[in-house]
Amino acid sequence: MALVYRIGLPLLIAALIAVPFVPQLIYPIFLMKVMCFVLFACAFNLLLGHAGIVSFGHAAFFGSSAYITGYALRDLGLTTEVAILAGVLFSATLGALFGALAIRRQGIYLAMITLALAQLVYFSFLQAPFTGAEDGMQPIPRGKLFGLIDLNDDTNLYFLVLVCTGGGLWLINRIVHSPFGQILRAIREHEPRTRSLGYAVERYKVTAFALSAGLSGLAGSLKCVVFRLASLTDVHWHMSGDVILMTVLGGMNSVFGPAIGAIIISALRHYFDALGAWVTIMVGLVFIFCVLVFRRGVLGELSHYLAVRHPAKEQKNA
Amino acid sequence: MKTSLRLTMTAASLLALGATAANAQISNDVVRIGVLADMSGIYNDLSGKGAVEAVKMAAEDVGGTVLGKKIDVIFADHLNKPDVGAAKAREWFDTGAVDMINDLANSGVARAVAAVAKEKKRHIIVNGASNMGITNELCSPYAIHYAYDAYSLAHGTGKAVVAAGGKSWFFLTVDFAFGHGLEQQVSDVVRGAQGRVLGAARHPLGTTDFSSYVLQAQASKAEIIGIASTGADAVNAIKAAAEFGATKNQKLAALLLWIEDVHSLGLQTAQGLMLTNAWYWDQNDETRKFAKRFYDRVGKMPNMAQAADYSSTVFYLNAVKEAGTDDPDKVSAKMREMTVSDMFTKNGKVRVDGRFMHDMYLWQVKTPAESKAPWDYLKPVSTIPAEQAFQPLSESKCDLVKK
Repeated sequence: MALVYRIGLPLLIAALIAVPFVPQLIYPIFLMKVMCFVLFACAFNLLLGHAGIVSFGHAAFFGSSAYITGYALRDLGLTTEVAILAGVLFSATLGALFGALAIRRQGIYLAMITLALAQLVYFSFLQAPFTGAEDGMQPIPRGKLFGLIDLNDDTNLYFLVLVCTGGGLWLINRIVHSPFGQILRAIREHEPRTRSLGYAVERYKVTAFALSAGLSGLAGSLKCVVFRLASLTDVHWHMSGDVILMTVLGGMNSVFGPAIGAIIISALRHYFDALGAWVTIMVGLVFIFCVLVFRRGVLGELSHYLAVRHPAKEQKNA
Repeated sequence: MKTSLRLTMTAASLLALGATAANAQISNDVVRIGVLADMSGIYNDLSGKGAVEAVKMAAEDVGGTVLGKKIDVIFADHLNKPDVGAAKAREWFDTGAVDMINDLANSGVARAVAAVAKEKKRHIIVNGASNMGITNELCSPYAIHYAYDAYSLAHGTGKAVVAAGGKSWFFLTVDFAFGHGLEQQVSDVVRGAQGRVLGAARHPLGTTDFSSYVLQAQASKAEIIGIASTGADAVNAIKAAAEFGATKNQKLAALLLWIEDVHSLGLQTAQGLMLTNAWYWDQNDETRKFAKRFYDRVGKMPNMAQAADYSSTVFYLNAVKEAGTDDPDKVSAKMREMTVSDMFTKNGKVRVDGRFMHDMYLWQVKTPAESKAPWDYLKPVSTIPAEQAFQPLSESKCDLVKK
């Protein structure tokens, strides 16, 4: 596993850096979209996989951040990095609020509360005058990074998205492997015991909510800058469903599993676009197949297979 | 020996030069037209497969090639979502070698795509949407608004209803760019004639249950219920109004009704409604000829947007031929010089803001007794000359208009 990371990671980074120079091979804007979803799914998994909290309202964070960023860019004329930061702060605050309310219940009831709150956010954005309702907020200028780098150039933008996604994923990885992450996992495994050890469980949960929401917001902000548009699709509950699908498909017991899920779903939607409504059915079939055959998700199953094959090595690394 | 070699080399390089020059005329060696339509949603009937077929017919009628290069027609479904439409258009322009996007039913999508076209400097021709933004704040040398717009609807149906005595209005408006724009245009006409607008109920796209909205309209006691929606929404609203008995004391004004809507409402419910359309299949021999060909391929009569899809595609391809290139700027200049005389309109011309100027017509839905054959639905009321049907340039917010 360690070997895979040591060789694979630099290769992956090199390939990602090369992409904008060979647009014939893969469409850079599509890849930017994929990166946004990768970040979104991994951020979501911070709650689902690592804290064991099922949120059904993550679209609210993703979408509201997109709207706030769009508003800051278009109507307030702020520079791009400030606009993105504003979006992230807004969604993190929203996440803390959601968390504070939702963690009073558990399991399905918690999920329902997050769904209800997300619908509230959805309808607020539907009615708010600055969002353009069903038209979406458009056109949003991409602006200049630090007032210097012109983001209308797709290559510049690509590297911004790459750096933000990379940074976001690094942060998620740090959080998961920090003492804070361990406590989250302890809460997931046995909440009363964690409480009896003296941890203020609620505070950890709310913090996890805020972190997950903030990073989801970063993904939403980036998507809005890439497409110069924030729309109701981003806050609709379908989006919350999509991110759960991506996470479960990729594997929720790993840090980067959801990334694989996000890539698979986005690629299916992109390359089989011509099939129209059939894509949804296809994605559904893939999901059913995945749940029946490899329950740990794509990456989960893969690392399980490697662990079974080389048990000694894994123990040494662990 | 040496001289002959040099000669050959010169000749070869000249040939190569000639070849590149010929290539430069048509980018990517293909003139590709993308039809971005609603293929699965509530506007499927108005655009959808019919729009794709109309554009394909146009490509075939031009001969399948222009300047020796193949004409390729592709299509995609925008799902009535602006983000999906804009992303698709961006991809088509960036990597799909698409030279022109046609149809664009749904105003929200059309607005989003207009912004992308302006950024990428490629052509779009809007036939399915009515939003005034296309020829105002979003105007560019690359966008043409061809078939109709909200102004023409308001100054057709709206004006006719006000003239017939409908002074107080309540709107049932679909809650996005199209509905808002239409409501605003008609409100202007109503107020301009000393009428009153009592209010509006906004419903989401694709609403099936109109009961609460119709009750609001009834409670307003307005003489006219203006239906600022179209397609399945308008059909459902009109049906609900009839079921709730609103039509006893109040009159309906459907502000954008298509021949397909009349078809699905049935003449019993739709009879007497006024509608503004740019084109009707049973206008003259030319339109009937086109309609018959279309009917044989699609299985229904074409509507004004589909006829406009055909007409505007032929127009675009002819402009490419005249300009000798598919370079967007040169084609744009050519399209603003040429006039269009075909089965869609006579002496139509593109204005500087991208508005295609042609006459509009006010129609009335026939009674079941008047209708002699299937799809025989409309009778002409009046012709609205182009200058009255469309927004005068002096009111335009387009920055291409010199003031």
